[in-house]
Amino acid sequence: MITLEDLTEIAAKEQETRSAADHHVHVCVAASCLSLKSDLVKESLEKEVKQNGLAGKVAVKGVGCMGLCMAGPLVTVGDGVLYQNVTPEDGIDIVKGLAEGARPISRLEGDSKAPFFTKQVKVVLENCGKIDPERVEDYIAADGYRALLETLENKTPVDVCHEIQKSGLRGRGGGGYPTGLKWSTVLKSTGARKYVICNADEGDPGAFMDRSLLESDPHRVIEGMAIGAYAVGASHGYLYVRAEYPLAVKRLKAAIKQAERLGLLGTNIHGTPFSFTVDVRLGAGAFVCGEETALIASIEGGRGTPRPRPPYPAEEGLWGYPTLINNVETFANIAPILRNGGAWFASLGTAKSKGTKVFALAGRVRNTGLIEVPMGMPLREIIEDIGGGVPDGRTFKAVQTGGPSGGCIPAPLLDMPVDYESLAQAGSMMGSGGMIVMDDSSCMPDVAKFFMEFCRTESCGKCTPCRVGTVHMHQILQKICSGRATEADLALLLDLCDVVKNTSLCGLGQTSPNPVLSTLRYFKDEYTRHVIDKKCGASVCKIRKDEEVHG
Amino acid sequence: MITGPRIKTLTIDDKPVGAREDETILTIARENGIRIPTLCHLEGLTPIGGCRLCLVEVKGIARPVAACVTSVQEGMEVTTDSPRLTQYRRMVLELLFSERNHVCSVCVSNGGCDLQDLAQEFGLTHLTVPYQYPRHKVDASHPWFTLDHNRCILCTRCVRVCDEIEGAHTWDLFGRGMQARVITDLNQPWGSSQTCTGCGKCVHVCPTGALSEKGKSVREMRKSREFLPYLRLMRQGRQV
Repeated sequence: MITLEDLTEIAAKEQETRSAADHHVHVCVAASCLSLKSDLVKESLEKEVKQNGLAGKVAVKGVGCMGLCMAGPLVTVGDGVLYQNVTPEDGIDIVKGLAEGARPISRLEGDSKAPFFTKQVKVVLENCGKIDPERVEDYIAADGYRALLETLENKTPVDVCHEIQKSGLRGRGGGGYPTGLKWSTVLKSTGARKYVICNADEGDPGAFMDRSLLESDPHRVIEGMAIGAYAVGASHGYLYVRAEYPLAVKRLKAAIKQAERLGLLGTNIHGTPFSFTVDVRLGAGAFVCGEETALIASIEGGRGTPRPRPPYPAEEGLWGYPTLINNVETFANIAPILRNGGAWFASLGTAKSKGTKVFALAGRVRNTGLIEVPMGMPLREIIEDIGGGVPDGRTFKAVQTGGPSGGCIPAPLLDMPVDYESLAQAGSMMGSGGMIVMDDSSCMPDVAKFFMEFCRTESCGKCTPCRVGTVHMHQILQKICSGRATEADLALLLDLCDVVKNTSLCGLGQTSPNPVLSTLRYFKDEYTRHVIDKKCGASVCKIRKDEEVHG
Repeated sequence: MITGPRIKTLTIDDKPVGAREDETILTIARENGIRIPTLCHLEGLTPIGGCRLCLVEVKGIARPVAACVTSVQEGMEVTTDSPRLTQYRRMVLELLFSERNHVCSVCVSNGGCDLQDLAQEFGLTHLTVPYQYPRHKVDASHPWFTLDHNRCILCTRCVRVCDEIEGAHTWDLFGRGMQARVITDLNQPWGSSQTCTGCGKCVHVCPTGALSEKGKSVREMRKSREFLPYLRLMRQGRQV
């Protein structure tokens, strides 16, 4: 049986080994930096440390994502020094610099006081870039699993649901459903068994929040799930991860084993009647499996297709039992809420959107990477201050949020606060947190075409409007982009948008027209230019000259 | 003390009706002589809400809901017919016609086809969306039956009847989006299927000419589905 004292002991031991070293060198070993050979950087650093006889003095550690993915591989030394674009050869200089009394290597140094870092508020990502994702002891040293044990000791399931409700946390998967309400619904549902599912089937183009989080701090998600299971009365959980994230799967599986070994998962956790085990299930790469009912069908071994709701999974979910299903980021918020209290969380963010949100900043922006900001931060601050603005002297055109279900927000709306309501009002949505910045080299009908092609290929084929409607919409967008469309086509496109939006079975189909509708709303002139003048302002589309379509 | 399902009252097209709480809008509408067009639905099979023809409007809900899978609720106000619903249903039919190669004049089921009947009901004389003309195969490997993918509307009635009534689960779906199609066993020719019992239920529940009996020419295939409610009843009797 593991107790709070055991956790304190593990943390103290960890602290002790840490303080033995004079210098702490952290190397990012999340997917983005790994793809730039940060594992070799780490090896080279370790080798240099050994060769220079600094074994006890310099501690080299692999850590999770530090956020600034565009400048990887990233290495930090101590608290203040950040090295960018580090190669394995640079390891020699870095260690030499340390041996000569912590002299920073100026040619590699990045600005760790840049707005990219200072403007962020980290709740979910607090451990990312600080702890070794492959060691549970490191997580425990960062107050890990304390929330779980304290909850088991002092709180009833109803208390937990109340605390989450008080925090105002809303689902981070996109819809923004109040998490506390969902939890208490599942708690109230009756069933011989209950399940907890973590939705890690992140499939939006350009989104990598869940991936980075799972690769950087897997224990936080597991702890959130365990607390959720206690709150709703479940004893088994599934982590549904897409198979395209092998590193996340590897670290999750390792983390589950470690937690089981310490008795943080398993039967009678902390000597209470509460038992909880977690299994990992791999998604076979269907976007629609991010939809909760399709995801459940997939775990059950069936074809990943959605079914009509109600009944909602809270009432009738996995194998017909009440099921709590939340996104990775939602679960990652749970431990800090219980550690610091719901009121603390509710003090962050806006009136209706509490806390912070992680975004994957991508596209035509200087600082691409993973960021976390308080809800309600104006878009402009995110893109211009944190993101560093649009590079190469180009001008900002739009930012796409919410993936294929979201929309494009134009420059005049940049001062809008980022929260669930404002984004929905602007014709987009929060989504899971993908944020793709576009400059004047992007053509909006072409962007709409890209997302429609995505929806067309990812439609499961169960309901008619989504299966066939997306094909027709994509064809019309192709016609527009090649200068073959007429005004009648544009009218038909609008009709199809209406039908697909209002008659599709699940969220995938219902939101698939959003990229078209939002670009038509803010960039109508680009469409008319393509249709009437047969010209593409951004010179992206290849307009076929003199082509008359016969028959 | 009430032991069974509770009774709810609601209105369908302003007509007050009573229903058990586990019944769907479609069942109650039909009971009360109110017609809602359907295609993937077939009495006796589990409804899936796939074709979206049975969409009805419920006061207080922005999007129309599928009548075949929506349970009744106390005080619900349902509208089964409106210009908006007609427009949506028409478009859904158009999408179905454009998706594959439906040529009634050469079809075995001409004159006995659910899709054709609905097209006539909605006065569908032409399509506003372009035909896709996909290339689809015909599987005539079974000794008694033929599968013509060109006429399939992916309603999955065959899949459900084979699984739920015959208990063989020979049929399933393969691929996704518009590439989805029905398959037998693990995508093997129907004739070589190890699980098919040759009962022919799939053929008779099929709404179009996609599944037909061999030896039938144009207009000659007639489907009879009387067995379905009968088998359902018999099975329920045995389970009680």
